[in-house]
Amino acid sequence: MQRIEDLVREVPAFAGLSEDQFALIAGCGRNQVFEPGEQLMREGDAADVFYAIRSGSVAMEIFAPQRGAITVETIGPGDLLGWSWLVPPYRVHLDARAMEETHAISFDAACLRGKCEDDPALGYELMKRFVPVIVARLAATRVRLLDVYGHVGSA
Amino acid sequence: MSAAPESRAFAESAGPAAAWVTPRVEGPPAPDPMLPSSYRVSAKTQELADTWTLELEPEAGAIEAYAPGQFGMLYAFGVGEVPISVSSLGADERIVHTVRAVGATTKAICAAEPGDRLGVRGPFGTDWPLAGAEGGDLVLLAGGIGLAPLRPAVEAAIANRDRYGKVSLLYGARSPEELLFTEQFDLWRESGIEVETTVDGAPAGWDGRVGLVTTLIAPAEFDPAKTTALVCGPEVMMRFCAAALEERGVERERIQVSLERNMKCAIGHCGHCQLAHRFVCKDGPVFELERIQTLLGIREL
Repeated sequence: MQRIEDLVREVPAFAGLSEDQFALIAGCGRNQVFEPGEQLMREGDAADVFYAIRSGSVAMEIFAPQRGAITVETIGPGDLLGWSWLVPPYRVHLDARAMEETHAISFDAACLRGKCEDDPALGYELMKRFVPVIVARLAATRVRLLDVYGHVGSA
Repeated sequence: MSAAPESRAFAESAGPAAAWVTPRVEGPPAPDPMLPSSYRVSAKTQELADTWTLELEPEAGAIEAYAPGQFGMLYAFGVGEVPISVSSLGADERIVHTVRAVGATTKAICAAEPGDRLGVRGPFGTDWPLAGAEGGDLVLLAGGIGLAPLRPAVEAAIANRDRYGKVSLLYGARSPEELLFTEQFDLWRESGIEVETTVDGAPAGWDGRVGLVTTLIAPAEFDPAKTTALVCGPEVMMRFCAAALEERGVERERIQVSLERNMKCAIGHCGHCQLAHRFVCKDGPVFELERIQTLLGIREL
């Protein structure tokens, strides 16, 4: 069994953190396994957890009446899941469901928030790691909005 | 610029005896590249709601064999002619094209039934540089109908599988119903090709990936330092894919893109597909990104 600190070191987004910061973050993390179909997050829940996916895949869904659960994005190994814990009112925006057996490190975000308040350097380091994830997903989502595959020549 | 001075300049530069009508003193006369060869539809498969694959066999003389990445001009008699990439390496002089019915000509081509006649000119343009990729990893990035021009490259890579390291096909489409050639993916996987797909959006119940095709690049197994990437899809998608490939460490010189422009003559004379000093029909459609990137950034082109 690998120590949680070693698992945290393998998270690509956390590369470059100091030893102290690794130890601190690892202190808020624990190993979790989700069965296929199991929910990691539910819309409206308190955002007191985020995940680093180690293996498997997770669907982010929005439930629409009469349409069911619509998958808006899927993520996989190496990805971070959940950023609502960073911004008030700390509420989860989407459902997240394991599409297969999924191993993840879950982090006690409420605990980390407190530590970030006390230690702005740590808070800034974490922001620098979450903002690129948010920016990349937003940019990709904007391209999807263009519906590029739907528009072709007319000859 | 108005059209008139352009066409006058073309007429002057082409001269009274353009290359394709220059009489030859000896040997058989050169085939006229503007004259279509007659083909008959020998098989037809519906791929998507608006997309069909046609297999054509020559009635008399066959055109030269296509190389993966090249295109032909398909002529629906009395309707029009359109550039369509080869979508599979056919056997016995048969050629295979996958056509999306989006305009008058492509609709007429897609309406052709087995036995019906179509005109074919070709092969035209540059091909995917598969030989140059040998010894390294090969990443094929396709978006939407862009998988059709890449399928011959998949077939060629399978035929010469031992010449490459990892071979990955990363394919994105609008929705699960618009993924092409899905029935062949298992066979390709068994032949040593990693096949990963994603869609922009999916109805409830879809258990595959949802996300932009670029998201397949980071997790794919390849060594960027020795990877050749072949990219085909809408230009916006290719731009984002190229950026993601470079971010992963693939050299820009080893990223190849296939451009789609309004090809008419297909032999670099008419200028319809001109992109600054290049003709997509003759200098492309497959271009090294390095040679074309500055042009792609110019919106007026």
